[in-house]
Amino acid sequence: MATIHDVMPPFELFQPTTVEDTLALLDKYKHDAWVLAGGLDTFDWLKDRNKRPKVVVDLGMVPALKGIKPTADGGLEIGAATTLTEVAKNATVKEKFPMLMQAAELVASPQIRNQGTIGGNVSQDTRCWYYRSGWTCYRAGGNICYADTPSAINREHAIFDANRCVAVNPSDTAPALVALDAKMVIRSLRGGERVVDAENYFIGPAIDIMKMNVLQPGELLVAIRIPSTWAGSQFYFEKVRERQVWDFPMVNVAAAMKVSNGTIQSSRIVVNAVAAHPLRLTAVEAAVAGKPRSEETAKMAGDLAVQGAQPLNHNGYKIPIMKNLVKRAIRGEAQA
Amino acid sequence: MGFLVQWGKNPWGQDILTHAQWSLVYFALAFGVLFMLGHTLFVAFWPKPAGPTTAPVSEAAAARVPQRVKRHSLAARMFHWIMAASMLTLLVTSFVPILGLKFDWVQLHWMAGIVLTISIIYHIIHASFWLDFWSIWLNKEDVNEARTRLKRAMGQTVPAPRKAAKYPWDNKMYHTAIVLSAAAAVPTGLFMMKRIQTPFYVRNPYLFSDTTWGVMYVLHGLSGIGLVGLTIAHIYFAIRPEKLWITKGMVFGDITREDFLKHHDPQRWVVGKES
Repeated sequence: MATIHDVMPPFELFQPTTVEDTLALLDKYKHDAWVLAGGLDTFDWLKDRNKRPKVVVDLGMVPALKGIKPTADGGLEIGAATTLTEVAKNATVKEKFPMLMQAAELVASPQIRNQGTIGGNVSQDTRCWYYRSGWTCYRAGGNICYADTPSAINREHAIFDANRCVAVNPSDTAPALVALDAKMVIRSLRGGERVVDAENYFIGPAIDIMKMNVLQPGELLVAIRIPSTWAGSQFYFEKVRERQVWDFPMVNVAAAMKVSNGTIQSSRIVVNAVAAHPLRLTAVEAAVAGKPRSEETAKMAGDLAVQGAQPLNHNGYKIPIMKNLVKRAIRGEAQA
Repeated sequence: MGFLVQWGKNPWGQDILTHAQWSLVYFALAFGVLFMLGHTLFVAFWPKPAGPTTAPVSEAAAARVPQRVKRHSLAARMFHWIMAASMLTLLVTSFVPILGLKFDWVQLHWMAGIVLTISIIYHIIHASFWLDFWSIWLNKEDVNEARTRLKRAMGQTVPAPRKAAKYPWDNKMYHTAIVLSAAAAVPTGLFMMKRIQTPFYVRNPYLFSDTTWGVMYVLHGLSGIGLVGLTIAHIYFAIRPEKLWITKGMVFGDITREDFLKHHDPQRWVVGKES
């Protein structure tokens, strides 16, 4: 097992004050640079010696990356370095997208939310303990997944879309953002700005086994735009975790639904912590469209949601949890 | 060794081989390109030996050669093209993601590997019982021919070599290199399937020790990298103007009498009434 040391190995620290300077640094140092936002994921990696960047670029002094502002279309733009507490307490988020507020509020503990950023929460690395122990698994550039062996302990791991690596995405805000059809604004010095659908921001091991998102060296997630498309819809967010005080999700679900006279017109339903990326349930969305928001529809949706799940030795429990979360999302129980 | 292989750590803190050094792919690509350039310049500018390039053939034997000579049976051609398609798929699915274009490659890769394996098994059986098995393997005569050609290319005065039998010596050399690469890549690849999700096996990465797996991954990777260079060289020769008759033979199955007599010795590759 890795040992957490009191002192981190040396690195060069940069604290730029503008996005432009940040991008210039990231462009200069590329693979050698590590982006530090809230630092909650970063310091574990650095103290464990499992990541050894030459350069750390601290975003904490860049005001342009913070804050929540309305967009022309009635949506919101959230700076990537905005803290989760700010997201959870923002009046507009609460009014238009209460699901995001709830998701942000369920991340970890108040202290962590005060420090952690929404950009960091969506871009954080997986929590697979084998990977984080510093062993050379697939995700670390090796040729084995220690979490998928006959004797592995894999309670937290994937039941969908595993491809050699069985790690999962642990974010709570990510499924909410995918359900809200958010757009991730990415900038780089040479490439300018590109906007990626939140659904496409996350990637699984089949595409790139060493990354969880599309960010390339030199690129920075600067903001998250939430269109007004789903503002005022019916939302549902629920997170199941082992310790109710604070923990990563065992499974969570985020759903945005447009309902008219008790009939589901359209929806976006996303589950996380079951795959290496937030899993949008498009088959369920199609199946419930035009159906009444009833117990029968909920049961059908729950059954459909878990079709194709492939549990490992110790995470079969995720299937009934996911099934029930989807059922509850359709029923709208404990509605956000 | 660091330039050839990548090392990692296992849970016991031991150094383990993980795979071949992927930067070698760039060397393989560079080798392929430089080989093409070098050969093109050699053909264009290197002084040609004086006199005939090959020894004369027997007039009587030449008279027996028909207008069209069967070079590859349909079964042999099918093997070649299926093998080529699976080989190209294997190389693209393994190295293009390493070069930066990411896509879901694993399933395509092992499926192409299965096709290649089946085609090789078929080829071995077909060549053993229906073809002249030894005609493709290098022999003493080929070594002498290669030596003679090298001496002549270097300006020495030596008698012109005989024309080729069914397979010229350079063709046999290439076949040998491919056989060696496949001997490393195919069995290791089949075992490596035990490490991924497929319909064939229950996944078990602990089937072998870390060291054994490491050696397998390295062999598989290095042979794959070698095949990049070999494939570039093969395609290059297939499209060179003076070699197109061979490529056409692999497409249509036969070659013309003129091409036969230009490149083959009818006493070393007997065709026609006596064949």
